[in-house]
Amino acid sequence: MDDGDRAFFRAEIERLTNRLYGTALRLTRNSADAEDLVSEAVTKAWASLGQLEDRQAFEKWLFRILTNCFISGRRAAREQVMEKPDDAEQLFSLFERLHQPFLLWWSNPEREFLNKLLREDIERALDALPEGFRAVVILVEVEGYSYAEAADLLGVPVGTVRSRLSRARSLLQRTLWDQAQAAGVIARKRDEEHVHD
Amino acid sequence: MTDEQLRCEEVIAHLFAYLDEEMDAARRAEIDGHLQACRGCYSRAEFERALRAKVRELGEKNAPENLRQRLKALLDQF
Repeated sequence: MDDGDRAFFRAEIERLTNRLYGTALRLTRNSADAEDLVSEAVTKAWASLGQLEDRQAFEKWLFRILTNCFISGRRAAREQVMEKPDDAEQLFSLFERLHQPFLLWWSNPEREFLNKLLREDIERALDALPEGFRAVVILVEVEGYSYAEAADLLGVPVGTVRSRLSRARSLLQRTLWDQAQAAGVIARKRDEEHVHD
Repeated sequence: MTDEQLRCEEVIAHLFAYLDEEMDAARRAEIDGHLQACRGCYSRAEFERALRAKVRELGEKNAPENLRQRLKALLDQF
């Protein structure tokens, strides 16, 4: 590696540090583990920089290394992570719970909910997901991988990514709803209206 | 059930694949057309889109100074 490679690598790492840490933190749920994960990924990336043919792809390549470091480190844990999906379980939708077209002509409950939703609310809800579900949400929604890319990273079929994502989103939205009720943002009475759902 | 209600159910069933850009152009165009005409489905799509944007923001967080120093030390070694 020459000075040009070092300068390029340093500039990219400095530019991407906050995103590397943010993604690592969502994956590991722990600041110390996230720092270790980022350091490991940066070290591996430097070691294999010579294999990267297209510098334009550096960012995607680096995040793939980060994700692979996390997944390979959790491979044993991943085996036990999945509950069998319950086909009979109805998927939860925040929109369906919030949308009240026959009431509140003067306000939009969905928009109000989103306006009140804090970053830490979503962090808590995402962290509460079982690891396999959390990983697929992070890969697709946070890191922007396609289903095929996520499937490749996780070592599962694309259909499994689809079903995990569907279930994960349902769980995430259910948790956000429960959190909002616990915080008094949503009246519990509205939940009772859906008791027969 | 009317044809429009059937179409809404179909759109909602495929809404996330649509938002994830995981469908072919023809199918995507059909859903685009429905969302332009259906206020209910449009509202739902906009809600899911806004929630996804909030989830995506979690990917960025100010790195602690500890990590910055650690990375600096690594970069100085390389």
